[in-house]
Amino acid sequence: MQNSIADIERQALENIGRAGSSEELEALSTRYLGRKGELTGFLRNISSLPEDERPGAGKDANLLKVKLEGLIKQAFSDIEARLAGGLADIDVTLPGRPAVRGSLHPITQVLNEISGIFMRLGFDIAEGPEVETDYYNFEALNIPKYHPARDMQDTFYVSDNIVLRTHTSPSQPRAMEKTDPPVRIISAGKVFRCDSDLTHTPMFHQIEGLMVDKNISFGDLKGILTTFVHQFFDKETSLRFRPSFFPFTEPSAEVDIRCVMCKGKGCRVCSKTGWLEVLGSGMVHPAVFENVGYDTSIYTGFAFGVGIERMAMLKYGIDDIRKYYENDIRFLGQF
Amino acid sequence: MKVSLSWLKEYIPVDLDPQEISDRLTMAGLEVDSLENLYDYLDNVVVARVIEVRKHPNADSLSCCTVDAGGQVPLQIVCGAPNVRPGMFVPCALPGAVLPGDLKIKKSKLRGEKSEGMLCSGSELRVAGDAAGIMDLGEGHLPGTPLETALGFSDTVFEIDLTPNRPDCLSVIGVAREVGAFTTPRAKVNLPEVILPQGKLVSKSIHDYASVSILDPDLCPRYSAGMLFDVKVGPSPFWLCRKLESVGLTPINNVVDVTNFVMLETGQPLHAFDFDNVAKGKIIVRKAGSAIDFTTLDSKTHKLDPEMLMICDGERAVALAGVMGGENSEISDTTTCVLIESAYFNPISIRRTAKRTGIATDASHRFERGVDPEGTVYAMKRAVSLIAEICDASITRDIIDEYPLGSMPVTLLLSTEALNTRLGTNFSAKAIGEILQSVEFGVEQTQENQLKISVPSYRVDVTRPEDLSEEVARLWGYNNIKTSYPLVPAKGKALAPVLGLREKIRQTLPGFSFYEAINYNFIHEASCDRLKLSETDARRSVEKILNPISDQMSVLRTSLVPGLLETMKRNNSQQSDTLRIFEIGKTFFATQTGELPEEREMVAGLITGARCEQFWASKKTGVDFFDLKGIVEGLLDDLFIRDALFSKLEKGVCPYFESGFGAIVKVSDTVLGSLGKIDGQVLKNFGLKQDAYVFDLDLALLLQLMPESIQAAPLPRFPSLSRDMTFIVDKKIEVGAILGQMKLFAQGQSLIENMFLFDVFEGKPLAEGKKSLSFRVVYRSTTKTLEEKNIKKIHTTLSEVILEKFQASLPE
Repeated sequence: MQNSIADIERQALENIGRAGSSEELEALSTRYLGRKGELTGFLRNISSLPEDERPGAGKDANLLKVKLEGLIKQAFSDIEARLAGGLADIDVTLPGRPAVRGSLHPITQVLNEISGIFMRLGFDIAEGPEVETDYYNFEALNIPKYHPARDMQDTFYVSDNIVLRTHTSPSQPRAMEKTDPPVRIISAGKVFRCDSDLTHTPMFHQIEGLMVDKNISFGDLKGILTTFVHQFFDKETSLRFRPSFFPFTEPSAEVDIRCVMCKGKGCRVCSKTGWLEVLGSGMVHPAVFENVGYDTSIYTGFAFGVGIERMAMLKYGIDDIRKYYENDIRFLGQF
Repeated sequence: MKVSLSWLKEYIPVDLDPQEISDRLTMAGLEVDSLENLYDYLDNVVVARVIEVRKHPNADSLSCCTVDAGGQVPLQIVCGAPNVRPGMFVPCALPGAVLPGDLKIKKSKLRGEKSEGMLCSGSELRVAGDAAGIMDLGEGHLPGTPLETALGFSDTVFEIDLTPNRPDCLSVIGVAREVGAFTTPRAKVNLPEVILPQGKLVSKSIHDYASVSILDPDLCPRYSAGMLFDVKVGPSPFWLCRKLESVGLTPINNVVDVTNFVMLETGQPLHAFDFDNVAKGKIIVRKAGSAIDFTTLDSKTHKLDPEMLMICDGERAVALAGVMGGENSEISDTTTCVLIESAYFNPISIRRTAKRTGIATDASHRFERGVDPEGTVYAMKRAVSLIAEICDASITRDIIDEYPLGSMPVTLLLSTEALNTRLGTNFSAKAIGEILQSVEFGVEQTQENQLKISVPSYRVDVTRPEDLSEEVARLWGYNNIKTSYPLVPAKGKALAPVLGLREKIRQTLPGFSFYEAINYNFIHEASCDRLKLSETDARRSVEKILNPISDQMSVLRTSLVPGLLETMKRNNSQQSDTLRIFEIGKTFFATQTGELPEEREMVAGLITGARCEQFWASKKTGVDFFDLKGIVEGLLDDLFIRDALFSKLEKGVCPYFESGFGAIVKVSDTVLGSLGKIDGQVLKNFGLKQDAYVFDLDLALLLQLMPESIQAAPLPRFPSLSRDMTFIVDKKIEVGAILGQMKLFAQGQSLIENMFLFDVFEGKPLAEGKKSLSFRVVYRSTTKTLEEKNIKKIHTTLSEVILEKFQASLPE
C-alpha cells in the first residue's frame, strides 16, 4: 500500500526540520526526490490510482516536489551559513574530554637514546645477569681478590662468590667467551654499589661498550666517544681525555666534557672546574683477553662505560639522584 | 693524598703557578681534587699596633689593650700575655676569624671588660713555635694588613685523588717525580742526603742487641731495622709539627712524628718499637699460627686468624705486620731505646689482615698497594738520622737488612710497533725512550723497533709492555693523540627478541596512560609477610644480601608488586591519588647455595584512584577490576596473544588479592601471570588507604606465545549480519564458560565471525539468583550478502546448545 501525498509531506517536513547536517539533508533528498525516492515512486505509480484521482494527485505530487526541493535547498544554505558564520551552539572553550598521557621513565628514555647512537655506529646489544659471580664481576676483569681496586666499588654480596654486579663490565668477558673477534657490543642495565647518600643511590644504570678487532687503537676510542658525546649533547661540546685507572683497561681514560650548565665557566654542577666527568674508558687490558682466550698479539680493543643517571641529570637538569627511584608521578610526568 | 707546594719544592725546582701544577698533574693521571691555600684559616687575622695597655680592673693576670687594627676606631681587646706592650706590632684575630682548634673569635666580655678580638701567639696561629706570649711582628707594618701578606706566607695544598695503581705517589717525593716530568728543562728529584751523626754512634753493632728472622719470606720479602739509644721522647719541633699539620696529621711525639714524616716523604711506612719491651731483643716475622687476641696501640683488641702476618719478639706478638703496632711495645714518654722497622710486606697479605680486622691505617693503605722494595733502607736511615738529631739520641754503627730472596728488578722488552698500534700513534723508538726517561725509566735500544726498559723499583704498577703504553700516552698527553675512527666490517646481529618485547610493552602501556616506574631490586625483608605469601610460596625463595644498606633493602625481590605498592604509597602521601604505573624488571629466585639465582623478567602494573580525570560532563568514578582486565587484554592483544583465558584464582595462589577478586591469565596450560584487587589487609601492611589493582606477567612466557610473524588477512567484501540472543541463567554461571561453549560451537561454523557479551542484568523482574546475559553474534560470508534464511538455523541451534548446557531459559 502506498503512502498518501499528505503522509509523505508530513514526514518530509518533519525530517527536514530536524536535519542538522548536510549529510542528513543529502539522505533526505535521496529518500524523497531521488530516482528510487518516495515521491518519485508515487509519481511512477500514479497509473495505479483510479483514473479520476490521477490529475489531482499528479499535480499535488509535482507541487510537493517543488516545495521539498526549495525547502531542502534552503536548509542546505542555513547549515552552510551556520558553519561559516560561527553561529556556534557549543561552548568550545569548555575543557575537552581528558586523554591522559603516560610516559617512559627518564632513565629508560636516556638509555634508549644512548643505545640508539651506538646501534647506528654498528654496535650489537648484549645482556647479562644482574646477580653475578665474583669471577665475571671481578676476576675475569683483572681484579683479583684482595686487590685494592676492589675498594673502588663497594660491593653487595649474596654469598662469598656471588655479588650484585657493580658494573655492566661482566658482559665483556661473557660476550667474548661466546664470540671470536671482531666484537662490537653495548650492554646496558642496572648495577649496584652499597653506597647511599645525596649523590649516590645503591642501584643505578650503566651502559657499557666494547670493540675488539685487529688494529683498534686509543685514537679510535677517542673517535667513537667523541661521536657519542657530540650526538648526545651537541657537536660544540668539547671533550678531554684524562689518564685514570681501571684494572681492566690499559691505558685507562676518564672522559670529561665541558660543563653543559656553565659552558666551562665554572659552576656548582662542575665544582667550579668547568669540566664534568661522564665516561670511563680505556684499551682492554691484555689480562682480560687472556682470560677469554683472545690472542693479545693480534687483537686490541677498547671498552667504555657511561653512568645513565648522570647523563639524564645533565640532559634534564635534575639535581637529586634519588628522585629517579621515588617514582613520584609529578616527576615522571615531566619527561 | 695531600701535599703542599712548599714541601714539594724541597725536592724539585718548579716555578709554575699552583693552578698550572694542578692542571698538569691532573692531566698526567694524578687527579687534583682541590687546591687549597694553606693559610686560608688566617682570614680575618690582621696586623695590629698596640696603642695602650692598662691593667684589667677585675683580673690581675689580664690586661686591657687598645689596639689599632686598621679600622676607623681603635679596638679594645683583653689579653693575658705578659709580653704585650705599647707600640708593639702583633697578630690580631678579628671577630669572624676561626683559628686552629676550631676557636671561633667573636666580640665578648671578659670579666666585665669588652674584648673585640684576640691578640695571638705564634703557636695559636700555627705560624711559629712560641707559646709564651703574643707574637712580636717587629717594626714597619701597616695596621690592618692581613697577617698572611705581612709575613709573606703563601703555600698551596694539593689534594690528590690517587688511583690505586700509583702507590709510588703516596709520597711527596713520588709526586715531585711526576712534577719533574713536566718541568722544562726536565729536573730530577733531589733526594735528601742522609747523614748519620757520627758523634752519636755507640760502639757496639746492632747485632749485639737485636736480631731479625723472617719465617715467611713470601709475606715479608724484606725487613730493615735501625736502633737508637738514649732517645728523649717529647714534643716535636715546630717545623715538623707544621709539616704534619699542613697535610692533616696531628703531631704525637717526636719519635712517632719522624716516622710519619718519613712515610709521607718517601712513601715507606715505618714503625717504632720501644725496644725495652721487645723480649730478648728478637724480631720474628711469622704468621700468627693460632687464633689469638691482640691489642693494637689504639687499645682495641682484635681476634687474629692464624694466617695473619705478625711481628713477634722472643715471647709474643708485638705488631700486626704492616697494619698497626701493638700496645705492648708502643713508644711512650719514658721510652729510651727504639727500634725502627722499615719493611716490605706482601700486599695481599696486608690487605687481607686489614680487611679481616677492619683496621685501615696510612701504613696498610701503602703496603696493600705496594711500596718500593728497594726503598726500605733509605727510609729507615732517614728516620734514624732525624730522630738522632731531634731526640738527641745515639745510634749503632750498622743496621739490619734481611732480604732473603733478594731484589728482582723488572725489565720489559717494548715493541714500538705494538705501542703505536695500541695508541694509534707514530712514535719513534727515540721519542718513546725520551718520554720514559722523564720519569726515570731506564731505556736501552736493542733493535730498530725494540726498547729494553728497566722499570724503577717503586713503579710497582708497571709489569707488562702495555703498561708502558699508558706511561707514554699520559706523559705525551692523551689529548695530543690523534682522534681516528675504526674501520669495521658492516655486519651485525639481529636483536634479541626480548628487546623487541620490552620495547613493545613500553609503547603500549604509556598509550594506556601508564607512567613507567623503576624500583630498587632490593625490597624489605618483611615484604613476603606483607603480601601474606604462604610458607610454601615460591616467592619466599629470596636471596638475602649479606651486607644490606638497611632492612628496607635487604632481600632481592621475587615480585614487582611490593615495589609498586611502595610507589603508590609515596605518591598517595603527595596527594597523587590517581595512578597508573608500570614497571619492567627482573625478579630473583634463589636456587642452590653458591649458584646464581634464577632471574625472571616481569612486567607489572598498578592502577588506583579515578577511572579518568575529573571532567565536567561525567562523574568521577573509581577504577575497578574490569579497568585492570581491559588493560591486560589490551596489552595481550597488542602482543598478538589472542587466546588468553582468565580464570578465578585458586585459594592461596596470590594471597595478596582480595578473595574472589583475583584471576590468572592462561594460554592453554601456560600461566602468564595474574591480576586482581589488592586485599584489604595487604593494603594496611603497606600503609595504603585506597583500593589498588595490580597485574603482573612473565616476559619469557609472553615471548614464547607471541607469533613470530603476522599475516595480513583480506578485508571482507560482503556486509555482516548481527543477531542477538539473551539467556536467563543461574547467577553462579561464569560468562567465560558460556562464551567458551559458544566459541567451541563456532569452530565448526564458518559463517560466525564474532561473538561477544553486550549486556548483563540482574534483579526484578528476574527471579532471585538469576541473571540475564545478552550476546551478539556477528555472521558474515566471504561469498555473498547473508540473509535471514542463511543463518536462522545456525542461530537457533547455537541458542539451543546454550539453553541445554547451562539450564538456561529464554526471556519471556
